[in-house]
Amino acid sequence: MNIVACLKQVPGTTEVKIDPKTNTLIRQGIENIINPFDTYALEEAVRLKDKHGGKVTVVTMGPPQADAALREAISLGADEALLLSDRAFAGADTWATAFTLSRAIVKLEKIDLVICGRQTIDGDTGQVGPEMAEMLTMPFVAYVSRIEEIKEAYLRVSRMTEEGHETIEATLPAVITVAKEINVPRVPSLRGIMRSKSAKILTWGIQELGVDKDSVGLAGSSTQVIKIFFPQRIHKAEIFSGDLEKQADALIDRLKSARIC
Amino acid sequence: MDYFFNEQQKTIKDLARRIAEEKVIPVRAELDEKEEFPWDIVRDLAAADMFRVFIPEEYEGLGGGCMELCLVVEELSRVCSGVAVTYAASALGSMTLMEYGTEEQKRRFLPDIASGKKLAAFAITEPTAGSDAGNIKTTAEKVAGGYLLNGTKQFITNGGEAEIYTVIALTDKARGARGASAIIVEKDTPGFVFGKKEKKLGIRTSATRELAFRNCLVPESNLLGRPGLGFIQAMRLFDRSRPGIGAQAVGLAQGALEAATDYAQERVQFNQPLITMPVIQHMLADMAIQVEASRALVYAAARYVDSGARNVTEESAMAKVFASDAAMKVTVDAVQICGGAGYMRDYTVEKMMRDAKILQIYEGTNQILRNAIAISLRKRRARTA
Ligand SMILES: Cc1cc2nc3c(=O)[nH]c(=O)nc-3n(C[C@H](O)[C@H](O)[C@H](O)COP(=O)(O)OP(=O)(O)OC[C@H]3O[C@@H](n4cnc5c(N)ncnc54)[C@H](O)[C@@H]3O)c2cc1C
Repeated sequence: MNIVACLKQVPGTTEVKIDPKTNTLIRQGIENIINPFDTYALEEAVRLKDKHGGKVTVVTMGPPQADAALREAISLGADEALLLSDRAFAGADTWATAFTLSRAIVKLEKIDLVICGRQTIDGDTGQVGPEMAEMLTMPFVAYVSRIEEIKEAYLRVSRMTEEGHETIEATLPAVITVAKEINVPRVPSLRGIMRSKSAKILTWGIQELGVDKDSVGLAGSSTQVIKIFFPQRIHKAEIFSGDLEKQADALIDRLKSARIC
Repeated sequence: MDYFFNEQQKTIKDLARRIAEEKVIPVRAELDEKEEFPWDIVRDLAAADMFRVFIPEEYEGLGGGCMELCLVVEELSRVCSGVAVTYAASALGSMTLMEYGTEEQKRRFLPDIASGKKLAAFAITEPTAGSDAGNIKTTAEKVAGGYLLNGTKQFITNGGEAEIYTVIALTDKARGARGASAIIVEKDTPGFVFGKKEKKLGIRTSATRELAFRNCLVPESNLLGRPGLGFIQAMRLFDRSRPGIGAQAVGLAQGALEAATDYAQERVQFNQPLITMPVIQHMLADMAIQVEASRALVYAAARYVDSGARNVTEESAMAKVFASDAAMKVTVDAVQICGGAGYMRDYTVEKMMRDAKILQIYEGTNQILRNAIAISLRKRRARTA
């Protein structure tokens, strides 16, 4: 099986600060990590490879420093790594990102399965996986929590929904995004770390991909972030006093007047 | 202190720490409480190639020596000494094989130990032979088709869990210790059975069991080296493994020092954190001195072993004795600093104090090792006089 795991390098915190002047994230002093949701995608890919043979290729679009995330992925069991890096890719929205990734994936050796994390912790959209499937014209399943069976031309997965679990069959090649319930990612291995230090990371830009610079990055994006801000929080706490019964009555009155009950 | 590790050593140490913190800390209290063998952690260590560290490259290992082994043991012991000894005992059970095994024997057993698929163990101690290890009674009689083992081994770490046992038994009963030999016995060999898991004061996640051999036939090809050398092989093994116990002590003491420092920082009495009180400060300072002095001695001994020095008895005994005595003292003081909370089972220093005691006992009690050091001193004096 040839499996692609897509991953993104993100700031290693969910409490990012925003520069009020430029409206961009302040990344200084924050260590970059592999998007935590993507670590489940990678782990699942490596497990599938261990079981069915084949190879795992990790793909990321990002600045040259994203090389570190790919090396880490190799230490965790990925066989090959592809970095999509070009000035023209900068400022991409989910559409342009999915476009760039999908163009890279079609250029790879025949792929059976593409696995992504369910979302990133910085962008939080969860759109790249499904958009990519659409562009690749492959079936797509989101929030997969278990891969039940993989055969030559199809796979059966269980996915989480708000109400419970759904079992879905899809033909291969397919794109799935995985939920964190699917596995417990391993820690790297010593041999993996040693291999990752000397591994060759393939880098492709617009030329290698054969795409027009207007179809990628900011130019290829149909959405643009104009402003990022924290909603103002207006705290209004009311503390009831008196004996318990009085407090309970007061609470009921308040809930009623707020039309909550 | 910077001990000038090379890239590979740093990688090993960092990864061992990561496993310790991510995989061991969350379960250590439960493993201790339930006295449950840490199979999940063994599998994590295996997946991370940790069992390859001490196996030569030709047999699918990473070719590390005593120093690399010490780094892993120290990091594991910093969070759980019971897990650390489980790992270290697999190395102990493989070392005689690595040193005296034939090419064929090494090919047969080492790759599975390296991958962590199989654990190893070493067995010399018997009911009549503890410190007096030469007084073993287990026999390995030469018969058609191999050696027939009879007898009982006691207090064997990884007993029942390991697949590969290096057993010291008498191939020539009449010659006593001079008739001892090292023989590999595989689990599931007919006539090889285990006693119940011992209930212990500390290192309770590790398995300690009795091994019983009742007309247990092992192939002749399982004999390691020449017959009659078993006792010498065992003594040589311990000379090379003792820095590992020292490392276990260093890690344990380090863990206790960190826990006590954290507690002293946070606990407020008489309107001030404990750590601002001179008495507590001096206790912590003394603990830190003990830990660092132990570490320096253990690393020096480990590097001396790796240098290929012929006689390392004294140095490795010193490292083991000093570091284990220090770990005992440091863990007792850690409990003292943490007061009543420290005495409670839900705070880790209590476990650390229980775990420390064994370090002064196994792989040669500290009394026996002081005897050995004193013998060396006397010999040297005699030579120079
Ligand atoms: C948890 C645990 C794990 C172990 N794992 C293994 C293992 O994997 N493989 C293995 O083969 N063995 C193992 N052992 C055995 C261990 O090595 C012995 O317990 C140890 O060598 C001491 O022997 P003993 O218990 O018979 O004590 P004894 O020899 O009976 O000693 C009792 C006391 O007398 C002192 N003493 C004895 N002789 C002298 C002397 N000549 N001079 C001064 N003092 C002396 C000792 O220092 C000690 O304080 C393990 C033991 C334990 C408890």
